[in-house]
Amino acid sequence: MLDLTFTPPAPKVIQGAREDWELVIGMEIHAQIASNAKLFSGASTAFGSEPNSNVSFVDAAMPGMLPVINEFCVEQAVRTGLGVKAQINLVSAFDRKNYFYPDLPQGYQISQLYHPIVGEGEVLVEMGPGVARRVRIERIHMEQDAGKSIHDMDPNLSFVDFNRTGVALMEIVSRPDIRGPEEAAAYVAKLRQILRYLGTCDGNMQNGNLRADVNVSVCRPGQYEKYQATQDFSHLGTRCEIKNMNSMRFIQAAIDYEARRQIAILEDGGKVVQETRLYDPDKGETRSMRSKEEAHDYRYFPCPDLMPLEIEQAWVDDIAARMPELPDAKKARFLEDYGVTDYDASVLTAEAENAAFFDAVAKGRDGKQAANWVINELFGRLNKEGRSIAESPVSAAQLGGVLDLIASGEISGKMAKDLFEILWTEAPGADPKEVAAARGMKQVTDTGAIEKAVDEIITANPEQVAKAKANPKLAGWFTGQVIKATGGKANPAAVNALVAQKLGL
Amino acid sequence: MSIDIDTARRVAHLARIAVREEDLPALAGELSGILTFMEQLNEVDVTGVEPMTSVTPMRLKRRADVVTDGNIQAQILANAPDAREGFFAVPKVVE
Amino acid sequence: MTDLNRLSISEARDALRKGETTAKALTEACLTAIEGAGALNAFVHHTPEIARAQAAAADQRIAQGDAPAMCGIPLGIKDLFCTKGVPSQAASRILEGFRPEYESTVTTQLFEAGAVMLGKLSMDEFAMGSSNETACYGPVISPWRRQGDSAALTPGGSSGGSAAAVAADLCLGATGTDTGGSIRQPAAFTGIVGIKPTYGRVSRWGVIAFASSLDQAGPMTKTVRDAAIMLGAMSGHDPKDSTSADLPVPDFEAALTGDIRGKVIGIPREYRMEGMPAEIEALWTRGTEMLKDAGAQIRDISLPHTKYALPAYYVVAPAEASSNLARYDGVRYGHRASLAQGDGITQMYEKTRAEGFGKEVQRRIMIGTYVLSAGFYDAYYNRARKVRALIKRDFETVFAEGVDAILTPATPSSAFGIGEMASADPVEMYLNDVFTVTVNLAGLPGIAVPVGLDAKGLPMGLQLIGRPWEEGALLNHAYVLQRAAGFVSKPQKWW
Repeated sequence: MLDLTFTPPAPKVIQGAREDWELVIGMEIHAQIASNAKLFSGASTAFGSEPNSNVSFVDAAMPGMLPVINEFCVEQAVRTGLGVKAQINLVSAFDRKNYFYPDLPQGYQISQLYHPIVGEGEVLVEMGPGVARRVRIERIHMEQDAGKSIHDMDPNLSFVDFNRTGVALMEIVSRPDIRGPEEAAAYVAKLRQILRYLGTCDGNMQNGNLRADVNVSVCRPGQYEKYQATQDFSHLGTRCEIKNMNSMRFIQAAIDYEARRQIAILEDGGKVVQETRLYDPDKGETRSMRSKEEAHDYRYFPCPDLMPLEIEQAWVDDIAARMPELPDAKKARFLEDYGVTDYDASVLTAEAENAAFFDAVAKGRDGKQAANWVINELFGRLNKEGRSIAESPVSAAQLGGVLDLIASGEISGKMAKDLFEILWTEAPGADPKEVAAARGMKQVTDTGAIEKAVDEIITANPEQVAKAKANPKLAGWFTGQVIKATGGKANPAAVNALVAQKLGL
Repeated sequence: MSIDIDTARRVAHLARIAVREEDLPALAGELSGILTFMEQLNEVDVTGVEPMTSVTPMRLKRRADVVTDGNIQAQILANAPDAREGFFAVPKVVE
Repeated sequence: MTDLNRLSISEARDALRKGETTAKALTEACLTAIEGAGALNAFVHHTPEIARAQAAAADQRIAQGDAPAMCGIPLGIKDLFCTKGVPSQAASRILEGFRPEYESTVTTQLFEAGAVMLGKLSMDEFAMGSSNETACYGPVISPWRRQGDSAALTPGGSSGGSAAAVAADLCLGATGTDTGGSIRQPAAFTGIVGIKPTYGRVSRWGVIAFASSLDQAGPMTKTVRDAAIMLGAMSGHDPKDSTSADLPVPDFEAALTGDIRGKVIGIPREYRMEGMPAEIEALWTRGTEMLKDAGAQIRDISLPHTKYALPAYYVVAPAEASSNLARYDGVRYGHRASLAQGDGITQMYEKTRAEGFGKEVQRRIMIGTYVLSAGFYDAYYNRARKVRALIKRDFETVFAEGVDAILTPATPSSAFGIGEMASADPVEMYLNDVFTVTVNLAGLPGIAVPVGLDAKGLPMGLQLIGRPWEEGALLNHAYVLQRAAGFVSKPQKWW
């Protein structure tokens, strides 16, 4: 493994009217666990169903209904914890968070306040080659999602759908270690990447399966370092929480707006009020949430319907043994084993499926060349056609076969592109070697045949010979002519060598 | 601990139970009486005592991740005071 | 046979098996008795059609020789149990009109065993109360009266409808639930037997929750044998209730050997409360003698934290209730207040809950809300949980020292009159639970057995407390006590 050392990025500095300000950001990410059934009931988690169809009596909080935990969800929380190098708590417990809201049928959310299943961990957020922010994870706990209230179907009524009620969420809580809007988006992206690698959450932000509450405060330069040294929050400014963000772009815009709003208040001699705010993407601003304004008192207490959740170390060890290679390790391996560039390694490891494809192509071959082909030819083509890697007409084995033909000198790069095109459009699943043979794609390396062609071209073009002798850079013209004359089959390297020799360069 | 009228009002609101302003003093009095009774607990030395977490200690039951329930929209809505188009309807909520 | 409704479950079972009677005949006798007992106000939802259909099915099973003990036995079901298609409203206005689309595990098991449901029985609203006066249906009247006095008495609570119905022979047995004494106190007030099993023995699924860590259902019957039979049918592991124990259910009836020689009976000194009526004290002494005469060893024991059980209970139970009752919000079922112009969601909640919940329920919700609120959680709730741990430890200690069962009074007095406590401080009413709450806090099995009548001619009962999961042994002790006491008194029919 490469020894990767990173330097932290500089915090974002915003110039106020009077002085400079820095941002301090912490996040609570709600990630929907990719399970079939809900956390405490046997109803489906499917998205987009008829209203109130994926609802059991338990989800609707009918009198006398009781929760029973879905073990798969527990396992996914443990996997996620291991994925952020966190401590797994063998004893955790469920608490009730009490509040009234129409989309919360029980009148409480079952969550884990006092004893979360996952303790402290960390996520490395790369901001460029060799530059990364280490964001500490404070905790991850499991909880129930709420239902959905729809406010625009009737002028006087809100409509409530409980399909989402009780779906398992992981709340991933970071420390306030994020120092700018770009870092915030990169943090979400990195966490999303890890979750998708693990398969514990599909990361679909559009459907709300991954959403973020963002805590933003501003401080003068130097204050954050005091906080880091002491962990004393009084060195930091008062924070506001922007709720329920489900787009990277909006997260950045909201943080930027919110920071400037707070700076304006402070420079005006005012005080930032700690509150919950909502981002309005149409107006590009955050506003105070009226419904959350009144002081909340959630009256957390241990859920008496569930005894503490005890898991066994052996079970955790077994889960750990079955963990997939995660993005950081995979990227480091690609850098080391395949010698690809940092940028290429990032592109190749963005999604686990892409990385696996590349891995299969590059194994035992020229890694850089494989990276070029996978990124430029394959990903480029998939992107253009709007297809996923799983839908690629050319398999990793086929692409590998193409690269093997290049490496053995059997076909030229130009031929390889033609062959790739044929495999893509005409001969899905075919063996590249057979296709090349059938189409007569074979590069001529026989020096005798090439020599003859070189001689003919030299004889026929005395002025070009003179020019080339004066300026050797023009020898390429002969190479082009020879390749043309051989119908594109001559090996360019062999032609080059011969031309140089014959011209006496 | 004696509960004043403001606290009684706050508690009633937290519990979402409408209490008329003129009934608050009596409520505050009753709650205070009950709390005084509970304050006997302060006589107990609880140092080093772990709070009781489960009445009868046993391993928490687990379910497999299988869809076994749902698709009973009619039964879910059957008792609703106001159901429309498959939804429960409530007075408009302002966010 | 005449007066079939007066049979015990075991007598009826034997008669059914011998073909001496039918489920239909038993059911009709009970339905007739119920019709004539409107004055007791015990049955509040009548289900004669269901009863007759179930009786017919039971008779068929008996004819085919497939007859579990409860087959064809007509029962009353406490209104706290959700019964499919039948009003189940915890005696609360807030669940007006609610007809569950599901059947509680307990009633499902009873019906699968062939039992017959006659109807739903009144109770204190949401099981909060000791006198059945908080029911939205109006109070249940005990079939018992003081000698020479026609004043209406309470059957106790919260399972007061169940107690009155069984004592008045309106049914052969009834389901009850017990959070702080709600089976045992009304059983003692009405001269019947009531057992609260070990927490986790009986599924809570489909039983409207009051305080989840304390609630436990159990049978209310005319005899200890009946309690053993009916408890067997109600018990068992339920995968739908995380707190239900995955343990086999022994044959409780087979445990009734009548032999308790050498068993150690603990007499806890802390239960000898100041101001305890002499009659209760004497009853306790008599009960102790009876067990001693049966060959048991009597031992003075100490349960030092007993005094704090009641305050701990009145923190834990309302706290859990305040959360459990948050679901009654007028959105999905039950009562919703009619709103004024401009009322929003908050007004809907506040009006609905103010109209739907009675005074005592409101009071407990607010106490529970207060003790859980920011700044008070540690002082009240967490402290109460610690005291609860100490109370449980008290019991564990004496059981570890060889005590097999503990004998205590069931109630601090015999039944009181309806309305007699109306002007009392709520705390005075709570004192009714003083002997019973410890058992709920520790999750232990406890049984009330009728032992005698007081000078006013009212029943008095004693409580036996057993080791966890040893309901069989507990029932056997109760069986010995019942036999020795020879309690056969019945209320004189006035209704």
